[in-house]
Amino acid sequence: MNARNEDRLKRLLQEALPRIEGEPEPGRDLWPAVLRRLDAQPAAPPWFDWALLAGLVGFVAFFPASIPVFLYYL
Amino acid sequence: MENGSSGAANQLDQFRQGSVAAFETLFRLHRRSVYAWILRIVRNPAAAEDLTIETFYRIYRAHARFQPARGFEAWARSIATHAALDWLRATHPESALLPDPALELAAPATADPAVSAEIRVKTAQAFNRLPPKLRIAATLAVVEEQPQKEVAMALGISVAAVKLRVFRGLRLLRKDLERQGITP
Repeated sequence: MNARNEDRLKRLLQEALPRIEGEPEPGRDLWPAVLRRLDAQPAAPPWFDWALLAGLVGFVAFFPASIPVFLYYL
Repeated sequence: MENGSSGAANQLDQFRQGSVAAFETLFRLHRRSVYAWILRIVRNPAAAEDLTIETFYRIYRAHARFQPARGFEAWARSIATHAALDWLRATHPESALLPDPALELAAPATADPAVSAEIRVKTAQAFNRLPPKLRIAATLAVVEEQPQKEVAMALGISVAAVKLRVFRGLRLLRKDLERQGITP
């Protein structure tokens, strides 16, 4: 892709998605919602996350040779 | 002037210690710039409001890790960018970034008459199908024309990595458009 083609593509993209001018404001006061969010208890991990972790630990315990494979994909 | 800067430093120090009052002051001071930054990425006012709430929630939870030397604005922007990235990853490509009447994302006043509305819509949709990491870099650097250094800081990557992501994003966009018979 040469520079001229790249400029044309950028211009097309800017026409398709015009930039947002200025610094728009939120439509409402967000502070009460931030306080509510802070007061809410963090959600506990779902049960299937624990099941997946247990399965993974079990698999690694039975097949320790698979550890490098997991580390590679992490 | 010195009083003002020492007051701001004191505010940041109190926030770092977990003061909700200091946090509220910082929220009032920075909410607009954080909201605008997120809106530039997600281009959806309702989602931008929710993500601003999520960003300040994450900011408060991380108050002990805040380093005043880095500056609150840059730190908040980085957290906001990652919250917006999470949203882009979780949102179906066809439902995000579609032209929003509230933002008047249709043809701008300076639109090239040779580019039809259909091509603009197809370009926006193709852009929306890009991987979120590439899309966010291209949105900020190309669409919003933000300085690459600021984009790099917000994404926590180098300027060279921003350029690479923009290049890869544009290359994928061109391929997608060419598959639809559009040659930009």
